[in-house]
Amino acid sequence: MKIPTSGRWPRFALRRAARLLVSLWVLVTAAFLMIHLVPGDPVRAALGPTAPADLVLARKQELGLLEPLWRQYVTFLRHLLNGELGVSISSRLPVGETIAQRLPATAQLAVAAFLLAVAVAVPVGVVMAMLTRRGRGRRTELAFTGTNVVVGAIPDFLLGVGLVYLLAVQTHLFPVAGRDGLDSYVLPVLALAIGPAAVLSRIVRVEMLAVLETDYVRTARAKRLTSLRVHLVHALPNAVTASLTLGGLLLSSLVAGTVLVENVFAWPGLGSSIVSSIVAKDYPMVQGTVLVYGAGVLLVNTLVDVVLALLDPRSAIGES
Amino acid sequence: MRAARVLLRPVGFAGFGLLTLVLLAAAFGPVLWGGRAAAVDTGNLLAGPSAEHWIGTDNLGRDLFARVLVAARLSIVLAVAATAISLVLGILLGAAPMLLGRRLGRLVTSAVNVLVAFPGLLLVLFFAVVFGVGARGAALAVGVAGAPAFARLCHTLMAAVSERDYIAVARIAGVSRIRVLLRHVLPNVAEPLIVNATMAAGGVLLTFAGLSFLGLGVQSPSYDWGKLMQDGLNGIYVHPLAALAPGIAVVLAGLAFNLTGEAFAAVFGLGDLPGGARSLEEPREPVAATPAVPGTVLSVEGLRVTIPGPAGPIRAVRGVTFALSDGEAVGVVGESGSGKSLTALAVAGLIEPPVRVEADHLLVAGEDLMAAGAHRRLGTSLAIVFQDPMTSFNPAHRVGPQLAEVSRFHQRMGRKAALARAVDRLRAVRIREPERRARQYPFEFSGGMRQRAMIGMGLMGDPRLIIADEPTTALDVTVQRQVLELLAEVRRDTGAALLLISHDVSVVTDVCDRVLVMYAGRVVEELPAKDLRTLARHPYTRALVAAVPDMDTDLSRPLAVIPGLPADPVHVPAGCAFAPRCPLADDHCRAVAPALVAGVACHKSTEVPV
Repeated sequence: MKIPTSGRWPRFALRRAARLLVSLWVLVTAAFLMIHLVPGDPVRAALGPTAPADLVLARKQELGLLEPLWRQYVTFLRHLLNGELGVSISSRLPVGETIAQRLPATAQLAVAAFLLAVAVAVPVGVVMAMLTRRGRGRRTELAFTGTNVVVGAIPDFLLGVGLVYLLAVQTHLFPVAGRDGLDSYVLPVLALAIGPAAVLSRIVRVEMLAVLETDYVRTARAKRLTSLRVHLVHALPNAVTASLTLGGLLLSSLVAGTVLVENVFAWPGLGSSIVSSIVAKDYPMVQGTVLVYGAGVLLVNTLVDVVLALLDPRSAIGES
Repeated sequence: MRAARVLLRPVGFAGFGLLTLVLLAAAFGPVLWGGRAAAVDTGNLLAGPSAEHWIGTDNLGRDLFARVLVAARLSIVLAVAATAISLVLGILLGAAPMLLGRRLGRLVTSAVNVLVAFPGLLLVLFFAVVFGVGARGAALAVGVAGAPAFARLCHTLMAAVSERDYIAVARIAGVSRIRVLLRHVLPNVAEPLIVNATMAAGGVLLTFAGLSFLGLGVQSPSYDWGKLMQDGLNGIYVHPLAALAPGIAVVLAGLAFNLTGEAFAAVFGLGDLPGGARSLEEPREPVAATPAVPGTVLSVEGLRVTIPGPAGPIRAVRGVTFALSDGEAVGVVGESGSGKSLTALAVAGLIEPPVRVEADHLLVAGEDLMAAGAHRRLGTSLAIVFQDPMTSFNPAHRVGPQLAEVSRFHQRMGRKAALARAVDRLRAVRIREPERRARQYPFEFSGGMRQRAMIGMGLMGDPRLIIADEPTTALDVTVQRQVLELLAEVRRDTGAALLLISHDVSVVTDVCDRVLVMYAGRVVEELPAKDLRTLARHPYTRALVAAVPDMDTDLSRPLAVIPGLPADPVHVPAGCAFAPRCPLADDHCRAVAPALVAGVACHKSTEVPV
């Protein structure tokens, strides 16, 4: 896509970058404050009531918790810029190392699920819009929205359990858990993708129905293009732009959804480690994971905005 | 009562029914089945379904069905508590701009906007760390994590309400901010808030189940549905129902809240769309189709357009017959609702089901539109200019390619050649710097420029007929003039005929050779444009012309209007549709519809003093 020379794009880039930076700052600060917001003595809680007092003190020293708050904050930021996320209380391993080891498994899951959801939802939504337009296909519409609401209401981890029961326990088609070979991806990706695909296809259908009633689609029909061209070239881009805003939210919630699904499938990703570290009160580990998840979500949101601006240049001028 | 209507919808009925069951289980479950749920049966560990234990037992031999029912109370109570926390915090944060003044309020709003970007589950996990593992901590975490979304909603709703006059009046009257919020704002946003809270409760229920499932929520020996699922998952090989049954309970309860909320939203908000296409078959008088006269570019006979409506079909165009010769300009005038725009769209073949178009004969630019496959050739021989230039271009594509598409698609031109022609056509419609403009998006064009570009789009082919549907209505007066002049110039250059739809009598008399006057879906008079002001015979035409002020209008007297209201298209009277508003009408007029004879459809046309 060629970028016009007017000042619109630089201004958009500047505004969007500023928003990303502010959000990142909020995220980093919240992650820093997390350990200080915990009531009582977090280190004592992490090591248990039987831990000797000097060990607790030594650990506090190590975590820098004895320094004044502002200095801790500065140190935290400096370490973060160097890519240091501290050392896990329970495993004594650098947090960054553990995350780097586990992040790819989570990212693969989220990306594969998102692609699958979009690949299913857009055609389904478009076809449903064409079939149920202007009061046609009442029964199809009822069946579609009905299943959609029900499927959309089932949370991903429950779908995971159901899928395990049907496709792993009953039929042995796919492995129950773990990450080993391509077929181990099928169930977790399905569990993650089905819900968002249902919601997204409903959105695509509604947007498509709205777009098909617009004046510019009538203009396209006045040009006597084929119905396929009217739908795909003239209606779809506009329907997708509108759907994408919500799709972006869906993608970021999908990133978070990996936490639950990973626990169902014993997936060796970040999601299973964040839960165990919350339970173990391993604060540096939780802090690091929250930062990575949060940053991932923020990047996804920014990416969606940029794609949106490319598809629909008007959104680049709109006030945020 | 509106709330009662919720029950009449299938969704509302299902939602309410489920919700009642769930709430009953929550209220009475622990009382009725508490004993069974706690009874340890060591002879029946991890048993499958049986007559005694419907969905089997857990690892201590406790009845799972009873445990699922008993778990309802804790699950629902926690979900409702967390939703309440979200709602209260959300209202406080959302009302911040109102309570704290502009600057602080803005800070809160932007903080909320940052937080909303994070998915709920991530916030829940964050607060779960802060508040600690366990039921209380999880309820607080879920509640606080849900607050930003509610705050955003409250803010939007309140911003809309606070602009209303009565709020301004209350403020000026010195009512305190908190009182304005409690007395005037909250009652007006309560409805959507409650609906959203109901739906959110369903989501919270699921989130909570997720947390307990992860081991971060309810801890042993207490149990909610999520905890039961966590306990059941390990034994999914031996005893799948132990994991699935609480899951089904969670989904049903979540659906109960969701459906109830949605049913309320539907009742409070939008009503049903008009009913689907019903059969609109009605008796039609057989008319012998006359062959098209050579040199005719448009020939319409007995055109009927029918729109299905909840109160029966609306016959918007009721048998319209007219023709245009090559190069002729014909105007169609009439009030809104007279069917003139639908006539234009029907002639252009742009009306879609369920609206029905029928005609005994419809010949456009040499193509018989009633025959299949004729439409495609119209892409180059028929140009259409629509009413609203602001919405008639596709916002997602650049202007140049939108024009070029016609040539690429119909004339098989290459991308470059088609674009060059588009630039040439933009120049022809007097758009300055056409090369640069062709690369711009429609939103970068002014209204008048878009309308000219729209005419340019029609000129991509080789139009024999231009249909312009109120082409100047959306434009301001100076731009109107330019567009009309451009249309005239285009006609001069191409020799195309023009069908101009307008409610503006003066525009039509300026541009057209001949005028059709429409009333209630019929042509009531057809006459040369130059005679419109002086020689009109139909009482409606005369009233229409008289209603247009000109330089000689006596401004000391009220401006002329047509008395009465336009005919209701659902109940068109049996006789002349104009009779109820006509000063000359008699019983014959009210009983028998006049036919269009010698250019006028009026029983009294001979009595009208010219």
